[in-house]
Amino acid sequence: MRINIDLQNLLSAVDVPAQWVGLREVFEAETPRMIRDGVPVANMRYSTHGIMVEVLIDGQFGYYGTPDMTTAGIDRAAKKAFQQAQLASRSATFQFDESARPAHTGSYRSPFVKDRESLSAGKLNALLMDAYTHLKVSDKIVSATSLCQVIEIATKFISSNGSDISQDFLMLEFDLRATAADGTNQQTRSFGGMRGTCRQMGMEYFDSHEIMAQAGKIGEQALELLSADECPSGEMDVVIAPDQMMLQIHESIGHALEVDRILGDERNYAGWSFVKLEDFGKLQYGSKVMNVTFDPTVSSEFASYGFDDGGLKAEKEYLIRDGILLRGLGGRESQIRSGVPGVSNFRSSGWNRAPIDRMANINLEPGDSTFDELISQVEKGVYMESNRSWSIDDYRNKFQFGCEYGKLIENGKMTATVKNPNYRGISNPFWNSLKALGNTDTFGIFGTPNCGKGEPNQVIRVGHASPACLFENIQVFGGV
Amino acid sequence: MEKVFNQLSDFLFSLLQGEENLILSFSGENSQFIRFNHATVRQTGLVDDADLGLKFISNSRTCRGGFTVSGDFDVDTARGKAEIVRMREEAKEIPEDPFLVLPENSGSSHEIKTANGLPFENAVEALVPAMAGMDFVGIWANGRMFRGNANNLGQKHWFETESFCLDYSLVTPEHQMVKGSFAGSDWDQNEYDIYVQRSRKKLALMNRKPVKVETGEYRTWFESAAVADFLGMFSWNGISEASLRQGCSGFGRMRHDDVRLSPKFSVVEDFSPGFCPQFNSNGEVAPEQLTLIENGVLKNTLVSSRSAKEYGVESNFAEGGEYMRSPKMSSGSLNQKDVVGQLGKGLYLSNIHYLNWSDNAGGRITGLTRYACFWVENGEIVAPIETMRFDDSFYHFFGDQLVDVEDKASINPEVETYGGRSLGATTCPGILVDSFKLTL
Repeated sequence: MRINIDLQNLLSAVDVPAQWVGLREVFEAETPRMIRDGVPVANMRYSTHGIMVEVLIDGQFGYYGTPDMTTAGIDRAAKKAFQQAQLASRSATFQFDESARPAHTGSYRSPFVKDRESLSAGKLNALLMDAYTHLKVSDKIVSATSLCQVIEIATKFISSNGSDISQDFLMLEFDLRATAADGTNQQTRSFGGMRGTCRQMGMEYFDSHEIMAQAGKIGEQALELLSADECPSGEMDVVIAPDQMMLQIHESIGHALEVDRILGDERNYAGWSFVKLEDFGKLQYGSKVMNVTFDPTVSSEFASYGFDDGGLKAEKEYLIRDGILLRGLGGRESQIRSGVPGVSNFRSSGWNRAPIDRMANINLEPGDSTFDELISQVEKGVYMESNRSWSIDDYRNKFQFGCEYGKLIENGKMTATVKNPNYRGISNPFWNSLKALGNTDTFGIFGTPNCGKGEPNQVIRVGHASPACLFENIQVFGGV
Repeated sequence: MEKVFNQLSDFLFSLLQGEENLILSFSGENSQFIRFNHATVRQTGLVDDADLGLKFISNSRTCRGGFTVSGDFDVDTARGKAEIVRMREEAKEIPEDPFLVLPENSGSSHEIKTANGLPFENAVEALVPAMAGMDFVGIWANGRMFRGNANNLGQKHWFETESFCLDYSLVTPEHQMVKGSFAGSDWDQNEYDIYVQRSRKKLALMNRKPVKVETGEYRTWFESAAVADFLGMFSWNGISEASLRQGCSGFGRMRHDDVRLSPKFSVVEDFSPGFCPQFNSNGEVAPEQLTLIENGVLKNTLVSSRSAKEYGVESNFAEGGEYMRSPKMSSGSLNQKDVVGQLGKGLYLSNIHYLNWSDNAGGRITGLTRYACFWVENGEIVAPIETMRFDDSFYHFFGDQLVDVEDKASINPEVETYGGRSLGATTCPGILVDSFKLTL
């Protein structure tokens, strides 16, 4: 249940001699439902509601996240935040002023047709149960899961310098998963890998009958993997599907370009970056076919929004054009600290965390090859779909990814299925080995609901879109 | 906070009708967070947070709910009442749950740990001077944490503790790093100053020019913090009974093929130090000690009451996710002063980073070296190494390649703050491994 708050009234009641005060109210409700092995294992609804009070004094921001949304509670929080900022100001990393929180007004509403309540809990459970039945194509499917999560978020941000922004989101996460096993030979196939489907959309998604067809295909492919050969090892070409490309982009472009990382804020946790401030405008990040955008304006992509949590208006920007690094993922604070051109990406995970530089939608723009044209260019290689394992070093250099499903490519054609396809590389040479991009027919929009970063830690939702991509001479290998 | 929880619990239990059951789970904190970069304050603030989880059982159905507890009785009871009404309706239309876990009253508990911690307003003044002259980056988390559980049969648990943790890195101009984590309950300024000075001395070793190690297999020493990270992987598609049954556990070879790890490797779930509550979100109290792996043999998996019903085995009252909450690995015979000598030639890894299963069924884990990691020759540290990727199986490094185990186990406190500050710790020694595979 969401209670109504008059945020302007609360701001008026704040009595601290600060240079700037901001209030950011966040209500978020998550409704996950899951059927596993024919049994309901999750019918939940969790909500969180509170206000982040931020003040600026003597060049230092201080904050207080509180669920007490009374006038007295917010005034008390502001006074405590003021004290925290004042005590820290003599030891501040940077002396900010009001320009770090530009004044904007406006609103955003994510696109959807049918709201959460248009599909009852009973009907949604029945649909998930039906999907489970389609996943269970054989007794060798030892476990199968169908799940969805509806996310509703309402935020409001107002400030002493005139910001007044309201944003409302309805999002959906959906996944299907089947595990086939024969003794200790076990293989899992899912609907898009670890990230499944995640988009800004409503319950209209479930009107599609494709879900049952997909469920059947996933079950069959899990079985197919049980009897498949191991992925070969060696240096060869790879064609990577968009549902794996999304994580490749996330880990080896997105995180590497976060300006707060480059400035060292994350060195104790998420890490640093191989990118340096002086690389912007110069570094050949990838091959000339590579164009990457920060684009929170793509309709229905997971991390679209109108304004970031510092109040900056969201706009599309090229991060990499023709392979050259142009712009960093730095919000207003990082832009001021670094002098590097940035974007509107100052985001927080909720009312109890302060914003930091995050990804939003980071997309690799499509090229002009059909899928068959990509495959036809490969004499010996592997096609890989759907992430199942990921790891990268603290400088965002040495990565390793594992996928669920692979196909050998021999003499320009896809042939046998292979299990446990993995590849590894180093970010900058890897992106420079990008030979060709699929066209819009190969383009897929994905995202991740659980990107972790920051101290204190924050999980945030980001979107990634990509075509299928061909890379040359990559280290490929299989399982044990 | 306990009073808020008790009042809210009593109110919500009074709303139940007929055969309805309700289990409440509470988690809260009053925390200070200060983020440092370059030995200065990057961000500073306070967070009050509290959440109530509701597990409602009616009509052979299970529904869950949850909301933020504001501290205002009228607001919180209105939220709670709305949740009960919603779940009561939902329980009429969702499928029956054949593996219902009903509440029981098997006794209550009450544990409040008070401490003489560092007052929030003194933190910057107390912490910053010791950082002078260093590139210091990290996070200070400080304050009280609360966990509670109650059910409509009258069982009630309360756990309250106060602690601080300064988790940090020191960085050389060549970007080599040393990790530190100063954690406790009672603040001792002198102890803090000495701890940071020790890190400063370690940093001096990092000033040597890093060496590039080739890919291949190396004799390797893992410090306790690195071993704790490996053990952490057991909590993710690992030692869970449900994971094994559902075909996504790396322990399948131990369960099905009687594969054994080294006789020198033993792990127990041990609640006796009190790092975290012994009760789970169902209010069930786990045994104080549960042997998981004994001398290399899989003795027990973690079994929640739901898994127990589903798979017809006995519950050991694990949390629903069947992850380890307070693991302890047995120590061995290798003394810290003999480590480098016994290693002879190879890798000395203080910390590892970004682990993931690369082949879960084969027990293979990939990840990277991080922080104070060194090349050792002739029983002496030569220089730090450049970051390397590894990819090897725990069936090797906790199995046939395990040479020896340190004679002292260290406590590695849980420092994660996703959603809120975590409780718990991993207690483990370092290990010496004859062969460990670097791949990139």
